[in-house]
Amino acid sequence: MLGFAIRRILMLVPVFLAVSVIIFLMIHMLPGDPIDNLLRIGAGPDQRAALTEKYGLDRPLYEQYLYWIGNVVQGDFGNAIVQRRPVASLIGQALPYSLTLGGLALLVSTVLGVTVGIIAASFKGSWLDQGLMGGVLFGSMLPNFWIGLLLILVFSVSLGWTPVSGARGWESLILPVVTIGLGGTALVARVTRVAMIDAQGRDFVMLLHAKGVHPAVIQLRHVLRHALIPVVTILALRIGWIMGGAVTVEVVFARPGLGSLLIKSLNQHDYPVVQASLLILAMAVLLGTLLGDLLQAAMDPRIRDNLK
Amino acid sequence: MLMEVKDLSLSIGKVALLDRVSFAVDRGQVLGLVGESGSGKSLTALALTGLVRRIGGRITGGSIVFDGQELSDLPEPAYRKLRGKRIAFITQNPMSALDALKTIGDQVDQVSRLHLGLSRKAARAHTVDILTRLRIPEAATVARAYPHQLSGGMKQRVVIAMALAADADLIIADEPTTALDVTVQAQIVMILSELVRKRNIGLILITHDMGVVAQICDKVCVLYAGRVAESGPVGQLFDAPRHPYSAALIGCIPREGMATGALKGIPGTVPSALNYGAECCRFASRCSRADALCHTTRPLPHAQGAAWVACHHPQGIAAQPEALDV
Repeated sequence: MLGFAIRRILMLVPVFLAVSVIIFLMIHMLPGDPIDNLLRIGAGPDQRAALTEKYGLDRPLYEQYLYWIGNVVQGDFGNAIVQRRPVASLIGQALPYSLTLGGLALLVSTVLGVTVGIIAASFKGSWLDQGLMGGVLFGSMLPNFWIGLLLILVFSVSLGWTPVSGARGWESLILPVVTIGLGGTALVARVTRVAMIDAQGRDFVMLLHAKGVHPAVIQLRHVLRHALIPVVTILALRIGWIMGGAVTVEVVFARPGLGSLLIKSLNQHDYPVVQASLLILAMAVLLGTLLGDLLQAAMDPRIRDNLK
Repeated sequence: MLMEVKDLSLSIGKVALLDRVSFAVDRGQVLGLVGESGSGKSLTALALTGLVRRIGGRITGGSIVFDGQELSDLPEPAYRKLRGKRIAFITQNPMSALDALKTIGDQVDQVSRLHLGLSRKAARAHTVDILTRLRIPEAATVARAYPHQLSGGMKQRVVIAMALAADADLIIADEPTTALDVTVQAQIVMILSELVRKRNIGLILITHDMGVVAQICDKVCVLYAGRVAESGPVGQLFDAPRHPYSAALIGCIPREGMATGALKGIPGTVPSALNYGAECCRFASRCSRADALCHTTRPLPHAQGAAWVACHHPQGIAAQPEALDV
């Protein structure tokens, strides 16, 4: 198991490098550069040239990339050009907000989605199943930011129960968490339902009934364990997705976080910050995949034995 | 009688699948339930264990009496207390019958913890004891293993162990050897027949393997298209089958010294349940002895020697006229 984990982490290294190249190129291909944001109005071309040289932007792209990635590998993300602070400190400030938001949203969509999936599968074909799944399908069609705006309108503006925006106190977390969580719930509920129905039909379930085990025990202790394997894989893949989804939601709710930082830095063409933020989002996806594989092996003895 | 089934009829939706099926099994007896695929054998097993409701089946007539208790209308919670405790079920395919995510021990323990109220520790000791008696080497280690780490024969022993974990009085085994290697089949059959003698329990063995029937059964009930064709002691069935279908089934068994090409199959197939006729012999279209009567009138079971036969033209009567006196 440990050997498998180490092998999988080593396999992530080339993926990580490839992602970093793509991020770097994409950003440098965008029109405009950070110098525009630094120059005073009326500054001459020699001032521009001086600044360009100061930040190394006159060097060939591959040289800039190697310089950047070399430092990143050593844990140094460099300094923000426009915001004039170490990138690490900007991100260190933003990340906890995003992790709290993403973590809680994942928790909400997991608990809600799995519960709905179990109920729907247990009453497969009934009006309860159809109602739940219809509602979930409807929910999954709505974009995150729109749910967010709707919730603000109802709970903050009309009812005044929650703050409209910001990050003061736990009340301000409710709406963003619900916004991101609801979108994920639909997917989790559908996957759980299908996986439960698949597991319910397997031979071992009939033998459990023949042993006189209570149907509720069969559902929760046996069928659910089988069903959770694909669900956990999907959830792990969603970690990156949720961190990415937080980007729009943070903007809608005007919350500090990686998303807000990324949007602000993109507007200013603050290369080092954008690169570092995107790299961290990419890492979240990669680590999510890894976590999914590890959890799958932890849950299924057959997969565990295959790794030996 | 440990279990007596009388005129059992069963439907799924509007389709009648079992039509007045009767048989009985006592302690220390092995009853073979035989017939081709689609004859209703497995469905009968599900009916006896009350599991047929799970697949949408409904008992429409007749009775199932187990140890003096009527089961056909027994509510599910009461049935659940019976299942696994007094009536054990061994399913067809041991490869997929076990929960792949739980250890062997946990799955066998489950039965004694549930039905005998044993503690975790006591249940495990009980499990290891049963596994050992089923001649599983290093039972304590096997109890910690997962299903995929065991062979098919081992897994079937584990399923049998579950049937014994709460000391069932009746075991219903649905094709317990079909999915196994021939050599392992013989071992499993021996284990089952030994259990019946040693523990004085009843066994209903569902199989299409007439060889297995000859080996361990005391009585046989031949099913065809949801009806009993012939039932009686195993000796008479093999020596002088009365129903042409029983005779044809026995004709399908390869024997030592048989000439090449002498092995007979049965032409045609079992009719689909949607085309079952009510007022006819359902075997008529495949039967060499069938005449107009067979196509228009249902043959009712009547005594033929020690057996009950549902046939208008039973065979072998001339050969053994003395049997008619019984």
